[in-house]
Amino acid sequence: MKKILMGNHAVSYGALLSRVEVIAAYPITPQTQVVEELSEMCAQGKLKARYINVESEHSAMAACIAAEQAGARTFTATSAHGLTLMHELLHWAAGGRLPIVMANINRSMAPGWSIWTDQNDSLSQRDTGWLQIYCESNQEVLDSIIQAYKIAEQILLPVMVILDAFVLSHTFEPVDIPKQELVDQFLPELDYPYKLDVKNPCSFGSLLPPEYYLELRYKVQKAMEEAHDVIIKVDKEFQQVFGRSYGGLVEEYRTEDAELVLVASSTVASTSRMVVDQLRDEGVKVGMIKMRFFRPFPTKEVTNILKQAKKVAVIDRNISYGQGGIFCEEIRSVLYNIDRQEKPPVFGYIAGLGGRDITPTTIREILSHTLKEDKPKENIIWIGVKH
Amino acid sequence: MIEVRIHGRGGQGAVVASKILAVSIFKEGKYVQSFPNFGVERRGAPVTAYTRIDDKAILLRCKIYNPDHVVILDPSLIEAINITEGLKEKGWVIINSDKEPSHFNSLIKKYRVATVDASGIALKNSLGSKANPIVNTAILGAFCKTTGLFRLTSLMEAVREEVPSAQERNVQAVEDAYHQVKY
Repeated sequence: MKKILMGNHAVSYGALLSRVEVIAAYPITPQTQVVEELSEMCAQGKLKARYINVESEHSAMAACIAAEQAGARTFTATSAHGLTLMHELLHWAAGGRLPIVMANINRSMAPGWSIWTDQNDSLSQRDTGWLQIYCESNQEVLDSIIQAYKIAEQILLPVMVILDAFVLSHTFEPVDIPKQELVDQFLPELDYPYKLDVKNPCSFGSLLPPEYYLELRYKVQKAMEEAHDVIIKVDKEFQQVFGRSYGGLVEEYRTEDAELVLVASSTVASTSRMVVDQLRDEGVKVGMIKMRFFRPFPTKEVTNILKQAKKVAVIDRNISYGQGGIFCEEIRSVLYNIDRQEKPPVFGYIAGLGGRDITPTTIREILSHTLKEDKPKENIIWIGVKH
Repeated sequence: MIEVRIHGRGGQGAVVASKILAVSIFKEGKYVQSFPNFGVERRGAPVTAYTRIDDKAILLRCKIYNPDHVVILDPSLIEAINITEGLKEKGWVIINSDKEPSHFNSLIKKYRVATVDASGIALKNSLGSKANPIVNTAILGAFCKTTGLFRLTSLMEAVREEVPSAQERNVQAVEDAYHQVKY
């Protein structure tokens, strides 16, 4: 059934259909409507979950960790300062191999105080061991929540589903809400293998001396590597059941014979499709790749696509201070070891921080700049900075 | 693609109006997108909401800078903000006002103006109070008639689904405005 849903409620429906059993959350703009709707669903009996009100996001994640350890499918949602307050426990969730799913609405970090979108909140959780999915439409948001549980529960790592503040969270558009029977068929009940069980007493999170710690970290990395194929398989199965697919980790858009490839993520990828179409009509050989997953990083796909391009332009709505755009730096890094003659120059653009609008004009400006220059003159090319 | 911008004041229901508009048109098989101005809202302060309409999936994800039409829930906004900013020439300006369209002679030169006494219609149908009539459904009736973008029945159906209370009085307000709008 198709309904007009805002991005935040697309998240709530994703959690409802995934039959989550425990929700622990703390409200924060622009996420609040996600958990507001879920608490309503619980109150009406539509969702048979235990809804736990907590006093902070740190406690929300702590409650999810405990519930997941007890074998329950858990969910939470947050944004910006809420996510960064959870930081310690994000490590705990991944290190504990707990398949928790969380939605994060990308909101810029203060100061200056902002409620608008950029990706620094989630990207600064890069090294916690969470998988990260960046979405470009409300449909992809709902579908990704369902996919996220299936992926997480196979590899035993937590997954963060990410959407832009306002541009998706508060935007209404048609969303197909799948039938519960189909979701049940796609996503079986959770059978967590290491759950708390009085009949099989275990110790969790205890002191781990140096002779074991390295092996546990090795296994987290191996699970991330394994995730690559699982993501692709889950996306294919999803297509068979629901008729929609998102290309797994990366989606290519008109990259066939493209000399210039634009790299974008989140809603910027959506607007970029329009600009790519316009430029193609004008005879410019341009294509786009949408970075759906940031962790695990789609190294193989990115390398295979970009080594065929003459130039690469990356749009980052984020920054790692003292280095540059985060997607751009990772892309440069994975291209480093390919043959010298195949290596395209990578132009790194930073735009739209703090929710500054990224319009088709912004994207055209970026692509025109890349077409004009042979090589990037600076590590970061800033778009729209007022001096 | 058709882009619509709705101006109101916090509490008048501009955001809900943008969604009802989207739902009405979606019912006729088109693609829609609606969203509030990205930001914080305060009761009484100017509020903006947007709706996009197209025959194909809408990929554009940024604010609306050059609307085809604007809807004004509160005529006092005409003095307070630039309601026609970026508005395309010959676009409709649909105003909640008991005056004739010719009264807005500065607008009439460049745009098409329609007026409807949405406040009066709201009060007649007991929607809101005299100080704060709920005009968002009535003005959509006027929008529907003036622009001819969708059918009155789709709008009535959308209002029944989307309005949290007093559905039938809201539907009546839509019909009244549909018949009373002047343009």
